[in-house]
Amino acid sequence: MQIFKNSKFFFGTLKAHTLPALKYGYNDLEPVLSATLLEFHHSKHHQAYINNLNAAQEQLEDALTKNDVQRIANLQGIIKFNLGGHLNHSLFWENLTPIKNGGGQLPDANSALVQEINNNWGSVENFKTFFNTRTAAIQGSGWGFLGVDQQSKKLRYLELPNQEIPQNYGLTPILTIDVWEHAYWWDYKNVRPNFLTNVWKIVNWKDVETRYNQALK
Amino acid sequence: MSFVLDPLPYAQDALAPHISANTISFHYGKHHAGYVNKLNELTKGTPYETQTLTDVVKNTYGNPATVAIFNNAAQTWNHTFYWRSMKPQGGGAATGQIKDLILQSFDSLDSFSKAFTDAALGQFGSGWTWLVEKDGKVSIIKTSNADNPINQGYNPLITLDVWEHAYYLDFQNRRIDYANLFLTNLVNWDFANQNLVNKAHL
Repeated sequence: MQIFKNSKFFFGTLKAHTLPALKYGYNDLEPVLSATLLEFHHSKHHQAYINNLNAAQEQLEDALTKNDVQRIANLQGIIKFNLGGHLNHSLFWENLTPIKNGGGQLPDANSALVQEINNNWGSVENFKTFFNTRTAAIQGSGWGFLGVDQQSKKLRYLELPNQEIPQNYGLTPILTIDVWEHAYWWDYKNVRPNFLTNVWKIVNWKDVETRYNQALK
Repeated sequence: MSFVLDPLPYAQDALAPHISANTISFHYGKHHAGYVNKLNELTKGTPYETQTLTDVVKNTYGNPATVAIFNNAAQTWNHTFYWRSMKPQGGGAATGQIKDLILQSFDSLDSFSKAFTDAALGQFGSGWTWLVEKDGKVSIIKTSNADNPINQGYNPLITLDVWEHAYYLDFQNRRIDYANLFLTNLVNWDFANQNLVNKAHL
């Protein structure tokens, strides 16, 4: 691809992001997450991150072509926040699946993922307890992540505030749980631990395992 | 002595339709009450148990060993301040001494309102938007999570809770609508004027 230096047309290829469709209906994650909550979360909250990201990208394109460095600098925060929101939520939807489609069902005991979880935490149950304790303790808004360390290829837990992404901390995420209040408030009010206890019933372990194996390559 | 959940200065439906009775019921009865209960649990048998709430907020800030106490003390403090920052039939243009101070720091009351709502939106994640005073000048600051401006030497005048639980039921994710409504229909300028005198941070 030929790069046109200083051309206003090069940056015109910044693509607008779109809301990924869920692979299940809004009421398919009940009783863990209600249709009301899921519809708000996907069609309002996630959509807003995408809208704001696209608007900021357009502004960035404009600022870049005008070489308006102050504006370029000012846009970094809003892009980082909304891009993070878009990426984190996109992963989250894939990490969930209806109970009737295998939500909560662990991979085989001798799969690479389960073996590695056992190596790190003793058992999958221990891992869930660890994950929940750490994730419940996040102050304010954030996410709990299980990921593969990009250097060592080992499994690692990481909690992050707001819309930070684990990719910026050397971790390829394979599983994430959103603990912003909007992720659970409608169904669980202020009792975040109850949400975390129940969310494992809809975790899409097949997806987590696929991502794990992919990350090891 | 233990910490108490201060009574709401008005009935739970008094701010409706702007903030619903349901929101107040959960926000006050579960979130705020929860912070008070946790604070009592954590301070029992510690020297903090007999300090004033403001002193606990000052004394536990910035210390990893007391971060849990700080978070619950500050959230208790912040919420009590938030309820008083609003009143039924509140809102509108600032009046009294606070109006003069605002006009000294901002070009107009409208540009103050814009700066306030920008700050509310600019707090990515959970936190609070504050109008504060220091050395006779007012400014707008935003804090994240439980943080309180008295720890930075500011005198708080009014606050807006921008944790999602404050506006989720009534506004879903439309924080801008919530912040605008706070200014047009709820903000209690009398409270702001009282705080110019009371100086909670001292």
